[in-house]
Amino acid sequence: MNAATQTTAAQPNASTTLSGAEVLLRALEEQGVEVVFGYPGGAVLPIYDALFQQDRIRHILVRHEQAAVHAAEGYARSTGRVGVVLVTSGPGATNAVTGLLDALMDSVPLVCLSGQVPVQLIGNDAFQEADTTGITRPATKYNYLVKKPEDLARTVHEAFEIARSGRPGPVLIDLPKNITVGPAPYAPPSTQGRRSYQPRVEPDREAVREAVAAMRRGKRPLFYVGGGVINAGPEACEALGRLVHMTGFPCTSTLMGLGAFPSSDPQFVGMLGMHGTYEANLATHDCDVLIALGSRFDDRVTGRVDAFSPRSFKIHADIDPSQINKIIQVDIPIIGDAGRTIAAMIEEWERAEGPAPDADALKNWWEHIEGWRALDCLRFTQDPAPDAIIKPQKAIQRIYELALETGRDTYVSTEVGQHQMWAAQFFKFEQPNRWLTSGGLGTMGYGLPAAVGAQLAHPDALIIDVAGEASTLMNIQELGTIAQYRLPVKLFIINNQYMGMVRQWQELLHGSRYSESYSSALPDFVKLAESFHAKGFRARTMAELDDTIRAALAHDGAVVVDLCVAEGENCFPMIPSGAAHNEMILGPEQEAQGAVVTNEGKMLV
Amino acid sequence: MKHAAGASSATTSTSPSGRDNDEYRAVISVLVDNESGVLARVVGLFSGRGYNIESLTVAPVEDDGARSRINIVTSGTPAIIEQIRAQLDRLVPVCRVANLTTLGPHIAREMVLVKVVSTGEARTEALRIAEAFRARAVDTTASSFVFELTGASEKLDSFVELMRPLGLAEVSRTGVAALTRGPRSL
Ligand SMILES: Cc1ncc(C[n+]2csc(CCOP(=O)(O)OP(=O)(O)O)c2C)c(N)n1
Ligand SMILES: [Mg+2]
Repeated sequence: MNAATQTTAAQPNASTTLSGAEVLLRALEEQGVEVVFGYPGGAVLPIYDALFQQDRIRHILVRHEQAAVHAAEGYARSTGRVGVVLVTSGPGATNAVTGLLDALMDSVPLVCLSGQVPVQLIGNDAFQEADTTGITRPATKYNYLVKKPEDLARTVHEAFEIARSGRPGPVLIDLPKNITVGPAPYAPPSTQGRRSYQPRVEPDREAVREAVAAMRRGKRPLFYVGGGVINAGPEACEALGRLVHMTGFPCTSTLMGLGAFPSSDPQFVGMLGMHGTYEANLATHDCDVLIALGSRFDDRVTGRVDAFSPRSFKIHADIDPSQINKIIQVDIPIIGDAGRTIAAMIEEWERAEGPAPDADALKNWWEHIEGWRALDCLRFTQDPAPDAIIKPQKAIQRIYELALETGRDTYVSTEVGQHQMWAAQFFKFEQPNRWLTSGGLGTMGYGLPAAVGAQLAHPDALIIDVAGEASTLMNIQELGTIAQYRLPVKLFIINNQYMGMVRQWQELLHGSRYSESYSSALPDFVKLAESFHAKGFRARTMAELDDTIRAALAHDGAVVVDLCVAEGENCFPMIPSGAAHNEMILGPEQEAQGAVVTNEGKMLV
Repeated sequence: MKHAAGASSATTSTSPSGRDNDEYRAVISVLVDNESGVLARVVGLFSGRGYNIESLTVAPVEDDGARSRINIVTSGTPAIIEQIRAQLDRLVPVCRVANLTTLGPHIAREMVLVKVVSTGEARTEALRIAEAFRARAVDTTASSFVFELTGASEKLDSFVELMRPLGLAEVSRTGVAALTRGPRSL
């Protein structure tokens, strides 16, 4: 056997015949893929057959394709890597759409491989045919239909590059069955990128210089950071910490940005926006220099646009140029990677040109902020009596505190609703990538599969899903996946017997007419857990709360905890839609300065 | 102090009228990789985000057919037109986008075919007007003409209006092809 044939045997090249499915797996491997979340079906059987015959890529069988995508999101967001999904044609692909749009809105890097009917059948209404590229075009950053075997490997490599670079997002590759069955040539990743796709990474120095000059002049400055900083990586978050400390400015965060800057840092004023803290929202309203980093002025953040931070000089750094001036007109846009932008700001700040920052003004600003903070906007009263009903805020606060006591590295996912907002308010995140929530799309059913993805990425970590009883039923079948792979996920259901967030809006905006928001006919979650081979717990009173949470956290397998909480609690502070940041509704504990909700507000809801 | 958003956007965000809330009509040229679905992406962006399309043309413009040029006539406030430009630029197969209307002097031309069915006085008048516009009669029968006219959209509009009382039967327009004036190119 000569050297040439030896290499061929060890490492098949274009001259040995690989099937399209084998080429696909080889490309995935070369992209560093270790885990694929999927569900089989006719159009992807060749890929499943190739998966069967190898052991380098692990396949995780979910119980619904939507969950495959959310699991890949949980994997991606908790690792910073690209999550990979594999679904069959037709219903497999359409089931994945919600997850793809979720990933698009929250800038999560994914590659979704979907089966398709053979090229020659496309357009014939073949069995399980769907126009998948058509359906997913507005739900992905980019998508492909591979029609020729020679395009396959290049397409897969390019898809990964597009998913993870620039503003990350989901990319779908539709794979007709004849392409995966038939022979295809392999090609390594190309070194030169696509000419039409060159995201700008390096910020314009002049713009950074001007931004820093404006920051130095600021008397009431504020950092407003978003998920873009987390996407820029842990180093970017670390640099953010340095920048915030060296400037001494306060820092607020969006829902997606939680963890980019440590929540326990005294310079952190909490989350801003609809359910943000009093101090964060008033600081946003009153600041004179607003430094937006990797955030996009979402409507849940801005409230009434014409009243948003009305007197500030605005700096907006984002990797996506289309975010600039989309909602809020800004004074200095900076296009580039958040990490590079922050690093450049640090350099400029240290260069110390121009007037020294006004220390007295900053001190004064902090005094204002401390005044707002003193209101303690998240405070609530819990009756401590052993038989007292648990307030949902208390339940979530105790989950956080008792998880912290374990000393374990903890990742938290959520569903969507009041419990999500309370989790955002009461959990403290000291590091990025620990907080997994559906922000832009607000997808109920996100949390449990996201926890699956996070647990697979971090087998030894503590993975908690803070859930609502309504949301969790949207993907509860994933308890099956959790059982199959023995994932010790901790599902805490904040069971208020209502679609609480819907009920809250109905109370505030629709005359307490609770139309269809009661969670009737709920399952017995403890028995449900047991039927899925998990351990079930329930707490109904204050006396049971801590012990139940402790026991659940200590259990070494999957748990489902039914925390029966007060039904009528509302999540405060709240900026009603159509209101300005200084028109917040506060909780009963705090002095109520109720904003009148306008009809215009109702429409925006 | 307002800066252009990125290196690629030499366009300003003021309308020709100079007022921020005035809608204006813009000609946007987009150079795209000539792949399947690219037109759907562009059109889907307009419908999905609620932008107008007044006209749209698309054809390959390179010898190897690797790239196509799409010319879109749209209207909106300066902020909306700038969003359209930025959103188009973000699409993966889009190589370049330019708002020709604010980029500087440019030429925008379209072609129209106009069928006029008439006899007698009206027919003679139609032919006279066609000559004045330098339109060509590309099909002639005893009772009809098809005229071909190329030029600025406004000129085509007035030609069609003048033909209306003279037996206008059918109109087919191409939408605009557009280029900047001078040595600079997209
Ligand atoms: C898929 C989906 N459908 C509907 C909604 C609208 N929605 C937002 S919150 C919510 C209620 C969630 O109830 P629950 O999970 O019990 O959480 P809670 O607010 O009670 O904490 C609903 C229906 C949504 N966000 N996602
Ligand atoms: Mg509920």
